[in-house]
Amino acid sequence: MAATQEEIVAGLADIVNEIAGIPVEDVKLDKSFTDDLDVDSLSMVEVVVAAEERFDVKIPDEDVKNLKTVGDATDYILKHQA
Amino acid sequence: MSSTNRTVVVTGIGATTPLGGDVASTWEGLVAGRSGVKPLTQEWAAEQAVRIAAPVAVEPTETIPRPQARRLDRSAQFALIAAQEAWQDAGFTGKAGEDGAVDPDRLGAVIASGIGGVTTLLDQYDVLKEKGVRRVSPHTVPMLMPNGPSANVGLLVGARAGVHTPVSACASGAEAIGYAIEMIRTGRADVVVAGGTEAAIHPLPIAAFGNMMAMSKNNEDPEGASRPYDVARDGFVLGEGAGVLVLESAEHAAARGARVYAEAVGQGISADSHDIVQPEPEGRGISHALHNLLDRTDLDPAEIVHVNAHATSTPAGDVAELKALRKVFGDHADHMAVSATKSMTGHLLGGAGGVESVATVLALYNRVAPPTINVDNLDPEAEANADVVRGSARKLPAEGRIAALNDSFGFGGHNVVLAFRTI
Repeated sequence: MAATQEEIVAGLADIVNEIAGIPVEDVKLDKSFTDDLDVDSLSMVEVVVAAEERFDVKIPDEDVKNLKTVGDATDYILKHQA
Repeated sequence: MSSTNRTVVVTGIGATTPLGGDVASTWEGLVAGRSGVKPLTQEWAAEQAVRIAAPVAVEPTETIPRPQARRLDRSAQFALIAAQEAWQDAGFTGKAGEDGAVDPDRLGAVIASGIGGVTTLLDQYDVLKEKGVRRVSPHTVPMLMPNGPSANVGLLVGARAGVHTPVSACASGAEAIGYAIEMIRTGRADVVVAGGTEAAIHPLPIAAFGNMMAMSKNNEDPEGASRPYDVARDGFVLGEGAGVLVLESAEHAAARGARVYAEAVGQGISADSHDIVQPEPEGRGISHALHNLLDRTDLDPAEIVHVNAHATSTPAGDVAELKALRKVFGDHADHMAVSATKSMTGHLLGGAGGVESVATVLALYNRVAPPTINVDNLDPEAEANADVVRGSARKLPAEGRIAALNDSFGFGGHNVVLAFRTI
């Protein structure tokens, strides 16, 4: 069953918390991974791989650069999840 | 600044070892004669011939936050803990530059490891095989590269004069400190954070060292397994951890009013050119390193009252080192208190030179030589060539200038002798 926007944000919050140590409540749609959430380019790869697994979605490397905010990633997953 | 023969001193020390998570607890364990060797209880250990090791007393994740720890190899975690302690111990309050007492362009870091990020490499290979290409961590390369600990310590303190990683197996940590002394002596840097680290308690290194017949298989008596100079010694016990010094030019230390533990007099280096792993049995290469030390520094042999020996608890190596001390120092070898602290810490490979330099510096500063434990029956060849401190710690001369050596030798035939003395 496809995840809702709320479920995706909550899932991304868990992932960002695990990888960057940011409190889950700080992970919101308008937050930038690099500027607000301490996710650098290497850690972004980890976030993407964890999100692919969690939401059963493929995020090709060339699309990763467009995922600047939590909202970008949420929209992408909503659109592409199996 | 262009001077090429500056005096170098030790102004900070840090360690995380099988005896304790910092210098104070490590030193307390060394002087008390405590063993850090334990049975390996992991599932993978059951099928190993060697089922003992000396793990760190305090897990690094108790002090390093999880998000940071998960992108650092265990060897880099140890190095950062030891370097942070040494840096604070030296009186610095922040990174170079933020703390105006040290210029980042005049600060170096030289942290060595014998094997590098071996647990990262092997664990990520397991991930590759079991979960596929996509799941291999993007942090793998900076975690497994052998210069990773040095680079991370360089970032921690803000070192811009140069960050280096000499590799010479079990002599690596000592070679790092020797390299750092030369950086300061020749004017490349005013302050260098230097030492060694190792984290290799993993089934592959243990199986490999075990199959070389290099390790003790005394699984029934872990605390008695590392027994340098005892007739029943049967190989080393693998330890893990890190030891780090802050080295500084004497002028720079004096200008900022730093506490000085000891002078780092210099190093003697040689290579055996004998065998890839076997020590040259008469200690020829070690003698050569000792002569190089005496020829290239103003060290007075009569002042040397203590040696922190390499002594890993192997049948051939322990005695070869003592023969070299006898050959080079003659009758004076009877007045040098020889301590094999690996009897307590196990053998930290590339970390050994770092931890044992910390121990050597403290032996001078506190004027106490730690004991060699587990010597129930002293090997007659050891007895004939040296004065081994056995059983309990021994006081060193309370008055006058005294000096001490820290020996480290590595597979490949690398010999490094470091000399320190009181100021």
